[in-house]
Amino acid sequence: MSVRGESIAVTDAPWHIPSRGRVGMYCLIVAESAIFTIFVAAYVFYIGKSLSGPTPREILHVPILSTICLLSSSLTIHWAMAALRKGKTVGFSVFWFITFVLGAIFIGATAREWHHLIYQEGFTIQTNLFGSTYYALVGLHASHVIAGLIGLTIVMILALLGKVKREHSERCEVLALYWHFVDAVWVIVFTTVYIVGR
Amino acid sequence: MASEALPLTLHKGPLAVVYEWLGTADHKKIGFMYIIYALLFLVIMGIEAILMRIQLAHANSHFLSPQVFNRLFTMHGTTGVFFVAMPILFGFGNYLVPLMIGARDMAFPRLNAFGFWMTAFGGLLLYGSFFAGDGVLHAGIAPDVGWFAYAPLTATAFSPGHSTDYWTLSLLLAGVGSIAGGVNFVATILCMRCPGMTLSKMPLLAWMNLVMGGLILVTISPLTAAQLMLVADRYLGAHFFDTQAGGSVVMWMHFFWIFGHPEVYVLIIPCFAFVSEIIHVFSRKAMFGYPAMVAATVSIGFVSLGVWAHHMFTFGMPSYGNAFFVLTTMVVAVPTGIKIFNWLATMWGGKIRFATPMIFAVGFLFQFLIGGLTGMMLATAPFDWQLGNSYFVVAHFHYIIVGGILFTIFAAFYYWFPKMTGRMLDETLGKWHFWLFVIGFHLTFDFMHIPGLLGMPRRVYTYEAGRGWETWNMISSIGAIFQTVAILIFVYNMIRSYFLGAPAGNDPWDAWTLEWATTSPPPDYNFAVVPSVRSRRPLWDIKHPDDPDWKYE
Ligand SMILES: [Cu+2]
Repeated sequence: MSVRGESIAVTDAPWHIPSRGRVGMYCLIVAESAIFTIFVAAYVFYIGKSLSGPTPREILHVPILSTICLLSSSLTIHWAMAALRKGKTVGFSVFWFITFVLGAIFIGATAREWHHLIYQEGFTIQTNLFGSTYYALVGLHASHVIAGLIGLTIVMILALLGKVKREHSERCEVLALYWHFVDAVWVIVFTTVYIVGR
Repeated sequence: MASEALPLTLHKGPLAVVYEWLGTADHKKIGFMYIIYALLFLVIMGIEAILMRIQLAHANSHFLSPQVFNRLFTMHGTTGVFFVAMPILFGFGNYLVPLMIGARDMAFPRLNAFGFWMTAFGGLLLYGSFFAGDGVLHAGIAPDVGWFAYAPLTATAFSPGHSTDYWTLSLLLAGVGSIAGGVNFVATILCMRCPGMTLSKMPLLAWMNLVMGGLILVTISPLTAAQLMLVADRYLGAHFFDTQAGGSVVMWMHFFWIFGHPEVYVLIIPCFAFVSEIIHVFSRKAMFGYPAMVAATVSIGFVSLGVWAHHMFTFGMPSYGNAFFVLTTMVVAVPTGIKIFNWLATMWGGKIRFATPMIFAVGFLFQFLIGGLTGMMLATAPFDWQLGNSYFVVAHFHYIIVGGILFTIFAAFYYWFPKMTGRMLDETLGKWHFWLFVIGFHLTFDFMHIPGLLGMPRRVYTYEAGRGWETWNMISSIGAIFQTVAILIFVYNMIRSYFLGAPAGNDPWDAWTLEWATTSPPPDYNFAVVPSVRSRRPLWDIKHPDDPDWKYE
């Protein structure tokens, strides 16, 4: 009728188990990576297989500036976390805000690119295989950036209200992991779409 | 201590009870809901199977129209994999894993509830097609594209109306729910273990659910990705699987089976877990070859990721492709054989008690072996060219799914029902259930191999007389009667025992893992004091303080 666990002689060895937040996020990253793998495989498989134009070389411009922004946001969020771990909440807020701005610039650039493609070039998801795979892969990544930006915004609001302290660094770290993942995926997507596929 | 003996359930109105269950994040309640929900769908898919067996019992039958037959096998397969097998195993995993690792709940209780409700809504959505799948074009109600829904049949041109939309969206929802569950299993098992329970001291059930959770992350995700592409094709006019625009239908096959093959292991690995727990308790011995068992499970997980195209031999592949997938598939037999020998060695020399859980587990051993052997036959590409898409294949995978997975699920019910409800299931009814089900199973599925060998293709709604298929199909259909009666006995046993069964006590089987250390059913918080362990059989250590396991491990 009761727990008999206490009758087991307890060892004195300290008991360490990993943080569930991190493990959970790593799991999510594994699952998301599998999703991206399938979309990248479809993209690569369909390179050059469209039956009609336009081709990537005709209409795609390499988004160098927004890529630099997104990749450097990994650095700024890293600095933000380093500041938070030392308890420097102001430094944290500043770097966190810069991260948000860099991410927002990236997503704005994607929006402009899509607007140009759809309204000037008349290139949509229905145009050809290239259109289907391009909008699906870049859109899938963009939706992840948007999800990350929403997370960043929530933490930013909490930080402005003075609610983010040193003891929350573990939780912010989980979100930062996701952001690093989103950046790393962009390296793959960028290489696939703008270098290999073009 | 002992505080959990207090009566915790105050008298509540029915509405309060409904709210409590709808809003719960408790792993035991969620596990219970998964199981109940899966049992309902088990009955539904069983009815679908019976209708098909009536249709196929004799030649030139007109009991069902071809259209209805197509819908029935699609719904039977989809329901069976996604809304019976997955949720029932998630249910047991949810219920048992925290108890067996000495935790009070899963790592993310609310994510757990989210996963359950996504799966639940996925199932409701699939069956919602019967009410609204017709669409404006009146093109058929339920999905009829088969459970693997090969392109381009799923394109809007060939599947007008909304029935295919219901299929793809419901699997998308259920897939998200499953991924949430997978994240939760891995995080729970890695991060919620009680003090002393190192990875090498975890119960095998925890190890195997860990592997299952990890596999879910990498297998359900490709399906989700492929469903997203299909949704884009059907709703946005994309061309992923549109041959008119240069799209490839073989790509869908690859994506589906990259999910579809490891999915089999997602389903069978938790069943290995049930068998491992049950066999060693009823043989009164510690598990033989624990490290080999863990290693075999992990390697099955990895190897299963590289074998998917054995489902595609008949579609043609370069010879090196054939050779690769034949060899990788054959490799799976090695760790699987290790497991079977470990179970046999655990039983060897043990004081075996043939209670109902144990006889179902032994039935599993025998049938899983045969199903595995026909699997090896089908893994040989030339053999598969001959018999791919025949009833031999249907017989093979039902041998695994019914003879392997369903048998262990029954074993798990008889073993853990006392823990979940505080009442024993009736042993006599259990024996009737077992023997009738064994007879029915073997009548149906042993004899189903033969029309396959004689050339009967799967998914035909009827066949001509005089091909030598009638007798075998009739025997298969007669077997379905036995199975139905056995299932009815099982359902009756559960309902009757829930109210009238003998009280179970905390530890009716004299078992060794932590779930038996708490009350039956366990209190909301599982353990008044979080236990700590020093060996793989913590309850053995308590029961035999003079000769504890930890001295030898
Ligand atoms: Cu397979």
